[in-house]
This record gives sequence, C-alpha cells and structure tokens, in this order.
Amino acid sequence: MSASPQNVVPPAPRVPFRGVRANVFHGKSMSSVAEFPASPTGEIVVPKVALDEISLSYRTTKGERLLALDKISLEVKPGEFLCIVGPSGCGKSTLLHLIAGLNPQTSGKVLVDGTPVSGPGTDRILIFQELGLFPWLTVAGNVEFGMKMKGVPKAERAEKVEHYLRLVHLSKFKNSYIHQLSGGMRQRVALARALATGPDVLLMDEPFAALDAQTRDLLHDELERIWAETGCTIIFVTHNVREAARLADRVVLLTFRPGRVKEEFKVNLPRPRHMEHPDVSRMARNILDCLREEINKSLEVEYADEKAR
Amino acid sequence: MKKLAKQIIFYSVLIGVWALLAKLRIWPPYLFPPPWGVGRALIDGFADHSFWIGIAVTMKRMLIGYSLSIVLGMILGLGVSSNKFLEETVGGLLVSLQSLPSICWIPLAVLWFGLTEKAILFVVLMGSLLSVTIAMEDGRKQMPKIYGMAGKNLGAKGFKLFWYVLLPASLPFIVNGMKQGWAFAWRSLIQAEMIFLSLGLGQLLMMGRDLSDMSQVLAVMILIIILGFMVDGVVFRTMERRLQDKYGLTPA
Repeated sequence: MSASPQNVVPPAPRVPFRGVRANVFHGKSMSSVAEFPASPTGEIVVPKVALDEISLSYRTTKGERLLALDKISLEVKPGEFLCIVGPSGCGKSTLLHLIAGLNPQTSGKVLVDGTPVSGPGTDRILIFQELGLFPWLTVAGNVEFGMKMKGVPKAERAEKVEHYLRLVHLSKFKNSYIHQLSGGMRQRVALARALATGPDVLLMDEPFAALDAQTRDLLHDELERIWAETGCTIIFVTHNVREAARLADRVVLLTFRPGRVKEEFKVNLPRPRHMEHPDVSRMARNILDCLREEINKSLEVEYADEKAR
Repeated sequence: MKKLAKQIIFYSVLIGVWALLAKLRIWPPYLFPPPWGVGRALIDGFADHSFWIGIAVTMKRMLIGYSLSIVLGMILGLGVSSNKFLEETVGGLLVSLQSLPSICWIPLAVLWFGLTEKAILFVVLMGSLLSVTIAMEDGRKQMPKIYGMAGKNLGAKGFKLFWYVLLPASLPFIVNGMKQGWAFAWRSLIQAEMIFLSLGLGQLLMMGRDLSDMSQVLAVMILIIILGFMVDGVVFRTMERRLQDKYGLTPA
C-alpha cells in the first residue's frame, strides 16, 4: 500500500520480480519452482494446478439432474494469479471447492503438482466468500489455527502469527475477537489465517464482494503486494471484471450453466496496477463484452423460473 | 437501578398484602400463615441445620444426575446427529419420549432400583438426558456449515475437528438446551424427592404437610424457588451472556 496509485506512472515490467518471489516461496519445493524462472519461453513442465475435464452434476430438489460444470480443463502455472469470471450460477465457487478437495467432482481429475487431489489439504487453502473465521477465537487464535492442527510448536506459532499479522497490518488487533473488527479487517484476518497455514495455492472465492469500494481498492493493493512477497499461486473467483483485470495475470471466463471455459484473456499489464488505469479499464471492457452474453442467459433463466412459479 | 427499585416496591407491596390478609384472619393461621411465621420457619430451619442438609443433599443429587446426563446426552446427541439412520430412528424415539413427564419413570425406577439413591438419580437423568441430547443434535444441525468446511480446509480432522471446531461452533446452540436440561432435572428431582423418603428439599416439603406446618411448606417452597432461580437466572444467564459477547451474537 505504499504508492498513491493515481500519480504513479506505470513502471516498466520488473524482470527480477518473479525470481525474488521464487526465493521466498515458503522455503519449500524450491526445485520445482527453480525451473520456472529458468524456462526461457515461460512454458511450464508441471503446472501447479491442473483441471482435467472436470464435470460436476447434482440433483435438484425437483429431482432433475443438473450439469453444473462441463468438462473444464485448465492449467495454472506456479506463482500465477488467475481470475475466474462468470455470471452467478456458472459454478465458479463450486470449482474452487473442488480444487480445495471439499467437494468431489462427478468426473475428471484435479491435479496439484501433477498429483491427483483426493481431499482437503493444507497446500491449498480456500478463503470462503463468507470467510468462515472462528468467532470463538481471537485474531491470533484464528491465524495460528492451521499451524496448531499441524502440530507446530507454540513458540514457532506465536512467531508466525506476529509475522503474518504484520503482513496484513493487524498486529494491534491480535487479541480482538472477530465481531469487533470491520469487514475489511476480517478479510485481512482471513488472508493471514490462510497464509499462515503455508499454502502453495491460495483459493479466493469472491472475497471482496461485500466491501465498499475504498476498502476493496486498498485490499487489492495489499493482496498484490503479499502475492509478490510470498510467491504463492492464486486462483481468484469474482464476478467483477474490473477486479479481475486489476489483479490477474490471466482471466478465464466461464459460461452460464453448465460452466465451460468460454474465453481466456492474458493481462500483460505492468504492476502495481490501478483500477482506474485506462489499460485496466480497456481490459475490463473486453472481458465484460464477452461476459455480457452469459449474464443475459443467466437472467433469462432466472426470469423464466420466476414466471414458472 | 430503576428496575431494582421497581422490584423492591413490588415485593414490599406483595408481602404487605399478604400480611394484611393474614392479619384479617379470613383463613385460620395454620392454613394461611403470616409472612413473619414463614420467616420464623426459615430461620428455624437453618438454625437446626435441617434446611442446610436438605439443600446439600438435593444439590449433590442434582450435580451427579445432571453431569451424567450432560456426558451421556453429548455422546447420544453426537451419535444421533452423525448418522442418517440413527437420526431417523433413534432421533424420532427421543423426541417422542420427551413428551413423557419424567415423574412417569418413578414406578419403573422403584421396581428396578428399589427406594434407593440410584432410583432418584435415574429419574433426574431421564428428566434432563433427552433435552440435552436433542439440544446437542440441534446444535450440530443449526451450526453454520462453513465452520466445518473451514476447519477441514485448515487441516483439522477427526477428533481435532470435533474438539476445536464443531464443539465450539455449536456451543451457543447447545447452551440453551443445557439450560433446559437443568430446569427439567430440577423439577424431576424435587418431584422424586417428594415421593421418596430420603432427605432433600422435596422431603422437607412433604414433612411440612405431614406435620400440618404450612409455614414450613411455604418456607421450603421459597427455598426451592430461590435455588432454582439462582442457577437458572444467574449461572446460566451469565454463561449465555459471556458466549454471546464472545461470539458477537446480539441477545435476541
């Protein structure tokens, strides 16, 4: 959150950026990451997360079989910031739950580092839309929760809690309870809790949807900074195209029911970015044009449901 | 403070009317004793230790019976809520059993255990077990699903998931049932004590009747009200308020 972004001239793409990120990569799996910057074309041998023809169907209350996701294939590079955009009801949240291993798919495979996912794992941490922070624990208690489950010793936990709370600027609120915090602060606690668990992949489900514009802008800056510092891979679901253009390396657009990959956009804009920057706005415009058709489809279905009642 | 003043005035007027009625001698004093007679009975009861013993015996039974029902109720509630088959079969049975006043267990308890301490504890247990079980089951159901998912996501499984996530997450929903369980246990115990001849407050009450000592009857009734209110209104209310504060739930 260092710059006042209005006055910032977009800096030249920072070449050592990725290398630096690789160095602070939680101190693990260095070998696999080390190949990444070395690769001259930017092509990756093993993607961090790969979805291989993922499908999901479920039965509605009426007993009809509904196809939510239809053969989605997707590869996410290590350290990539991927945004998934789509109209409501396209199954984008469900997709994140699948990657997190909280929900089994009907067919297809989720691979992390080339290994199929069979359940939840702390290498992939999901930040839920509703956050799911534990109200009976303090901020520090929430942040250390993942480490406590892993059996990390108390002293080490305390140290890491300090570190991650400093990272999200919440050191002063260590002993507060969740309901005493504002919406933006809760988001940051959720982020710190996820990061402290030491994930390689951060899954974020419309985390900033309920926040006011100022808070959201601030959190975008922070998220971008933290992503750069930790070097983790982020898969970020949103329905806000400007947010996607602001944050992502690549934006994947899903269709409405069943969810399929409709279009991919590479966002090759220099960072740090700002929402109001013309290039970001233009990118958002492009994505929105493509998305509009799907939104209309989803609205038609909603209206039809309404009439049927 | 205003509330306290109102209450003081209300109770003064109540006792005043009572004293006036007693003074008018509409009914004979052995049927309608004056407030000072009841006060005398209270002082005498505590002076000859019979009330102290009664309270101690009753509270001891309460603690044993209630603790048992909490432990068993939690196990049962968890078992029932974690399995669809049990929920549909045992769960239904538990709900229907709850419509049985716990005093109805007395004949069965007496035949099984005789006129013993065990029989009384059994009745107390049956009085509160069901509501604790149902509260536990409801708590697990009402608890927002997100906590379980978040816990799993952060690496909690099995017992750790239960102890560190599911139990604390359902606590605000359970505490209400525990309170109800206490109230049921309290009623069952006093009822059982009135039928058994075995110390305790219930027996003191019956003794008052046998001796046609209305002052003692009223004194023991007041004692039962005060004790019941203290636990219900003070212990459980504070617990609830603390939980609500911590969980950020505004009291309804």
